[in-house]
Amino acid sequence: MYLNNILADPERMARLVEIAQNSLLPLIQGAIFYTIPLTLISFVFGIGLAILTALARISDVKFLRAVARVYVSAIRGTPLLVQLFILFYGLPTIGIVLDPWPSAIIGFSLNVGAYASEIIRAAILSIPKGQWEAGYSIGMNNRQVLKRIIFPQATRVSIPPLSNTFISLVKDTSLASMILLTEMFRRAQEIATTNYEFLLLYTEAALIYWVICFLLSIAQGRIENRLDRYVSR
Amino acid sequence: MITIKGLKKSFNELEVLKGIDLEIDKGKVVIIIGPSGSGKTTFLRCLNVLETPTEGSISIGGQEMDFTKKVSPAALSAFRRHTGMVFQSYNLFPHMAALENVMEGPVTVKKEPKEKVREKAEYYLEKVGLSDKKDYYPFQLSGGQQQRVGIARALAMEPDVMLFDEPTSALDPELVREVLNVMKDLANEGMTMVVVTHEMRFAQEAADEVIFIDGGVIVERGNPQDLFNNPQMDRTKSFLRKIQ
Ligand SMILES: Nc1ncnc2c1ncn2[C@@H]1O[C@H](COP(=O)(O)OP(=O)(O)OP(=O)(O)O)[C@@H](O)[C@H]1O
Ligand SMILES: [Mg+2]
Repeated sequence: MYLNNILADPERMARLVEIAQNSLLPLIQGAIFYTIPLTLISFVFGIGLAILTALARISDVKFLRAVARVYVSAIRGTPLLVQLFILFYGLPTIGIVLDPWPSAIIGFSLNVGAYASEIIRAAILSIPKGQWEAGYSIGMNNRQVLKRIIFPQATRVSIPPLSNTFISLVKDTSLASMILLTEMFRRAQEIATTNYEFLLLYTEAALIYWVICFLLSIAQGRIENRLDRYVSR
Repeated sequence: MITIKGLKKSFNELEVLKGIDLEIDKGKVVIIIGPSGSGKTTFLRCLNVLETPTEGSISIGGQEMDFTKKVSPAALSAFRRHTGMVFQSYNLFPHMAALENVMEGPVTVKKEPKEKVREKAEYYLEKVGLSDKKDYYPFQLSGGQQQRVGIARALAMEPDVMLFDEPTSALDPELVREVLNVMKDLANEGMTMVVVTHEMRFAQEAADEVIFIDGGVIVERGNPQDLFNNPQMDRTKSFLRKIQ
């Protein structure tokens, strides 16, 4: 039907190819200047936040544990889109006006921080107690055991789930289109509203997301192999 | 070298150590025996404060810890450096090669220069007969080899006392001897050692004193010949009958 119509109509076919060619550059620019940097920056901040949150959750200080728990619960219990709307459209009501970029970075970092903290906490807890004790027995303090013994091993455990978080983040950045950030998906929307080729442009954007995520999963495999060198398989 | 006074340890309601007093002179090898659940592991773990005693005091190598008061983390780390611990399950760091396992303490804790530590670590690996395995990761080593790396790792911190908690009980029988031989060499060199073990032959050969613990107290102590061949207490007699 749709496909048959196109194939039977060389003129329309040529028009679609032209639109696809012309839109490819702006979409890829959207990916390179917005989607990818937004992902990277949010992930780095998010992981930092996640490590602090994970440490707070396993600390002896009740107050820290409570704060971390409420933070994780709030982020996981509310939609990401709603969080972004609060930051960008909500906060100006109380005089806090954020541009799209900082709103997006804060929103996505908070999100990654909450989800990744659970992964990191589980990874830390999965390291046997004997590893802590071996560290203590050679005179290490808590900080030294964490840094030298626990984190290196927990990293290995948490790479696969953290890769999933990262790949989800790439796709979630499309939500930033709703707070006026002209990332890849918003560009696809903008171009589509001028020529009404929604299927073409949204499919094109989808393919670019897919390529990015595919490359990431290859990188993930390499990292996992590297970190697995000290375990028997 | 070691002075233990009124040592008690409870887990919640359960009192596991019920007041232990003991002195161990420098260079002595003390073997601890006793039934399962009698508190041997707990006692050893109290000596390097992997378990914090509920009451009493321990002095090792001139540093005294009084557990009726609160102990600071800094004092705790310093105190632990008087003892080296060898675990039943080895507990090597799996992400480090054998040599790195041995170097870790001196480099990270004592902040000694890496080059110097490398020489020292190679010396200790040679001592336990593993020079050729220094670049192997723990998963590439047999249980006996892993345990010997564990001994080298503890020795590299140059502790005053070495603590062993059933160091051979997780090993296949044919690997037990290689670990015991390393321990015997250490004993002959004058290392002060506290060893929990059921290896009676090793006790006969290496121990200066054997201590029988039951129900969280020292029931009987003596040199190995007397204690094994001529025990005085009924509880000691029945325990020895069971294991021989
Ligand atoms: N962390 C702990 N929490 C609660 N109870 C404990 C703990 N560690 C040990 N216990 C209890 O203390 C008692 C003594 O245990 P311990 O491990 O010291 O015995 P053991 O003499 O080493 O025995 P085994 O010969 O089986 O190794 C046991 O009843 C044990 O269940
Ligand atoms: Mg035990």
